[in-house]
Amino acid sequence: MSSTVAGLLQVGLLIAALAVVYRPFGDYMARVYTSTKHLGVERAVYKVARVDPGSEQRWGTYALGVLGFSFVGVALLYVLQRVQSVLPWDFGRGNVPPGMAFNTAVSFVTNTNWQSYVPETVMGHTVQMVGLTVQNFVSAAVGMAVAVALVRGFLRHRTDRLGNFWVDLTRGVVRILLPVAFAFAILLVATGVVMSLKSGVDVDGQTVATAPVASQEAIKELGTNGGGVLNANSAHPFENPNAWSNLIEIFLILVIPVSLTRTFGTMVGERKQGYVLLGVMGALWSAMLAVIWAAEAHGLRALEGKELRFGVPGSALFANSTTGTSTGAVNSMHDSFTGLGGGGALLNMLFGEMTPGGVGTGLYSILVMAVIAMFLAGLMVGRTPEYLGKKLGRREVTAAAVSILAMPTVLLIGAGVAALLPSTADALNNPGEHGLSEILYAYASASNNNGSAFAGITVTSDWFQASLGVCMALGRFVPIIAVLALAGSLAAQRKVPVTAGTLPTTGPLFATLLAGAIVLVAALTFVPALALGPIAEALL
Amino acid sequence: MTSFAKQALAGLRVLLVLTVITGVLYPAAVWAVSRLPGLHANAEAADTTSVAVPREGEQWFVARPSAATLPASGGSNKGERNTDYDAVIAERRTEIAQRESVGQDRVPPDAVTASASGLDPHISTAYALLQVPRVARENGLPEDRVRELVAEHTDGRALGFLGEPGVNVTALNRALDSAT
Repeated sequence: MSSTVAGLLQVGLLIAALAVVYRPFGDYMARVYTSTKHLGVERAVYKVARVDPGSEQRWGTYALGVLGFSFVGVALLYVLQRVQSVLPWDFGRGNVPPGMAFNTAVSFVTNTNWQSYVPETVMGHTVQMVGLTVQNFVSAAVGMAVAVALVRGFLRHRTDRLGNFWVDLTRGVVRILLPVAFAFAILLVATGVVMSLKSGVDVDGQTVATAPVASQEAIKELGTNGGGVLNANSAHPFENPNAWSNLIEIFLILVIPVSLTRTFGTMVGERKQGYVLLGVMGALWSAMLAVIWAAEAHGLRALEGKELRFGVPGSALFANSTTGTSTGAVNSMHDSFTGLGGGGALLNMLFGEMTPGGVGTGLYSILVMAVIAMFLAGLMVGRTPEYLGKKLGRREVTAAAVSILAMPTVLLIGAGVAALLPSTADALNNPGEHGLSEILYAYASASNNNGSAFAGITVTSDWFQASLGVCMALGRFVPIIAVLALAGSLAAQRKVPVTAGTLPTTGPLFATLLAGAIVLVAALTFVPALALGPIAEALL
Repeated sequence: MTSFAKQALAGLRVLLVLTVITGVLYPAAVWAVSRLPGLHANAEAADTTSVAVPREGEQWFVARPSAATLPASGGSNKGERNTDYDAVIAERRTEIAQRESVGQDRVPPDAVTASASGLDPHISTAYALLQVPRVARENGLPEDRVRELVAEHTDGRALGFLGEPGVNVTALNRALDSAT
């Protein structure tokens, strides 16, 4: 069987697996966020933490909850790394230096999981489990909570209440992420993923580092986090030993972002509203897969930075899925991709992470883009736009625009300044236009909370640690605040009845508008920068 | 107290409880289940054939080039149009052709490119067969016997279509060790 046919069958199996769980899992998640009952363990959490699960919050309080929770998350993770030498299982790796600890703390709390450190020599097992694994769970649950709050904004009318952040957060962890991650962590061990508390294992006379990988691996993919337990991430045979584990990991990356479109359709009471979003996500994901796969298959050095067991198809499928979601785990080194293949991975991020996007973040990002698309359509026909029975007035469109523009703003300022700094030349691993691509990729990854890298670039200087940390924080929290403000203003409205003048948002016209808006916004913003990097590489 | 501080304090309490659940109990539970027979060997990477490290000596099959600095893993991250790296690849090709006494055009792509992890246990069948004459000679084994060993340690595609086939160098070298 040719590699291409085998690869297509592999894609087919992945899609079939996603299709099987789509309805039950999507509906299950809808029940999680709409149920009025609390589980015993959840009541215990609320009791110990002294929060009232019965009180609903205004959008501002909900946002302060997200910000407060993330702030203490950064603080705790920073402290844990800074005192690592007194914690068990540190293997003499010592305290993590301040700049690196700050960058890593922001990185994991913002669901970016950008890594400026080499895990095998820097991070001990305690920080990996008690610090990093925890943020793998809760940062993903925060993303889902914000998405659900936005959906409630569309659903509710004439109220200033969006739900309770602590309840949404806890339920996301307890009812969705924890059981699925546990089951898949065990399954991953069965395929050969390592779960060891030792520091390393002897292989033919040399030591290769080990870690408690499986528990973090499962949530790393499921929560679209992506931070490798080991340096080579999902290219490491201890994290991803064979084609089975590879397919399972890609499935985990996609399962929540894809199924959340069903959750959305179920919650708003019209399933087609979810299917149309899934259709747009799927179309762009498929198109980008074709680009990356074809480009890599024709690479001059196709196997550089790739593992033989995955080959080009398994590497392209993983790369497209990890950058189309905000995961950032890698099973091949994107820095060694062709100009077009690496550029495709970069473009996936520049779409704003919504094909299908991160856990929760993908859904709220594409809903914000739907608001923009309807606004553009409204301009064309000279009519106040509506979406899901809500008018999109000045407040709503402003909030959506702020949410969309935050990422390009911090990305282009960060990358622009970095390109001007004389010290940056020494940080690059490749000369010429690919060097610029390394800078662009780094800031795109940080600002979109992706976390993958053109990893040749050395990002341990104070400038990179600080600026990428700031990009990650602004790229995460500015859109979240804007999205919650949008949700608040939508919830306050009354429902507008559907009339003959309402543009239906379940058909191909809307799908085309939405896909067009995603591509156009990215193209208008980034073509000049892309022309100097990946486009130049691909054409030269 | 400002409302941010109030939310942050509530957040700290929630975070500490969730840390116990997801940062202590969860990994402990996964670890405990991974001790079960059937999973334990995987969890501790007992047979280590999922990774390859360089082995010194003419008698061994050579794995793919590695950019890793053990105990850490990693790739070269060299771009496709990096001309300095072209020279490195050309040098590898010359060396391999010399070592196996063949023409440079017979050196397969996986032999000259660094893997993503630097620990890739596999080489292509073409690269394994290229090495057979030298390995057979150095070990005093008939070439047919060595070719048999290569075939025995070739991993096909799972289900016939998942992943790409390759020869596991670590397992092959150990089999060679016990065959001599």
